[in-house]
Amino acid sequence: MAITRDSQMHKRRLSRNIGLGFVLIAFAGMVFGLTIAKVSVLDPARLEAEQAGEAPAMPFETAPLAPQEPAASPEASQ
Amino acid sequence: MSDLSLMEYEKDAGFGDYFALLKPRVMSLVVFTALVGLVVAPGTVHPFIAFFAILCVAIGGGASGALNMWYDSDIDAVMKRTAARPIPSGRIERGEALSLGLALSGFSCAMLGLATNWVAAGLLAFTIFFYAVIYTMWLKRWTPQNIVIGGAAGAFPPMIGWAAATGGISVESVLMFMLTFMWTPPHFWALALFMNSDYDAAGVPMLTVTHGRRVTRKHILAYTLALAPFALAILLTSIAGPVYAFVAVVMNLLFIKGAVQIYRRSEAQAEADKYAVERKFFRFSLFYLFLHFSALMIDALLRGYDLIGTGVFGGLLGGTF
Repeated sequence: MAITRDSQMHKRRLSRNIGLGFVLIAFAGMVFGLTIAKVSVLDPARLEAEQAGEAPAMPFETAPLAPQEPAASPEASQ
Repeated sequence: MSDLSLMEYEKDAGFGDYFALLKPRVMSLVVFTALVGLVVAPGTVHPFIAFFAILCVAIGGGASGALNMWYDSDIDAVMKRTAARPIPSGRIERGEALSLGLALSGFSCAMLGLATNWVAAGLLAFTIFFYAVIYTMWLKRWTPQNIVIGGAAGAFPPMIGWAAATGGISVESVLMFMLTFMWTPPHFWALALFMNSDYDAAGVPMLTVTHGRRVTRKHILAYTLALAPFALAILLTSIAGPVYAFVAVVMNLLFIKGAVQIYRRSEAQAEADKYAVERKFFRFSLFYLFLHFSALMIDALLRGYDLIGTGVFGGLLGGTF
């Protein structure tokens, strides 16, 4: 019996290699995502801003971390 | 290449075979209960960290499944239900399963520790140790109470989820553990009553074989009665809400009713209707656990939107150890 390109052995090995490839790519993505998540949680400036209600609690959203200048009141401008 | 070596290649494992080593069906219960443990815990966890923690728990559960298949490959080959598993069917070597199990165990615990905290990682490591060593290597082939003590391994995930969120162990997480722990014996013994398993041929002591079916029926009733107080005790904690209260009262009454029916039946009656009551009780037991944990999650979500208060009775029980 000749081993052809389409033999079961090749199919199984291909599935194994593709599967492992996906697992490794997923792992790299997970570690990257975890890094981003950890950095956003551990960033003290961001934490302070979040506690002061000046930055969104959800990650991956940009918000100014520096305290905002209070808007000039209408009375002050008159 | 000789025909013999070609046959060896024909047994080459595919990716699915390695995935099957991780017992994906068992993993689903682990993932669900761990998720509930994490969601109902006080405090907030970053959504990605929560997802990563649950993934680590799933991989850890899978690793213990691979270690179980490595150690039990001799009895898996004897039993019809398990003969097609990757090791007894010859697609994966025992050593490969051991390596995969050990590697994933170390990986999952380390990553969980780095992502959340070392209490959660320690609990995961203990769960893997408990399932692979205490249950698989020691209890399973030694005592008919294997299901009872071994059930602890399946009961740890909500505690791990809770620890991932809080960094500790509390009354609430222990009660969630007890809910799954006490649920396991009636669930599996009901299955053992109607499944014609060949555990006996494999030398695994099952209560139905070692002590008989009458004793098994008594045990099912006893454990179902013992389970109810733990399910209801959760009502005294801060994690319960009206949905859980309704589910716990109704489901426990129905579960006890089913256990009493099983207790009252003789083998002749059971054989006459092909174990209809036992089958129904087994199916119901799946709903029982699923609904209890689902109810806890729904209450946590309602609490998150300030639609309900803390606990049914204001959270009388609670506190971190």
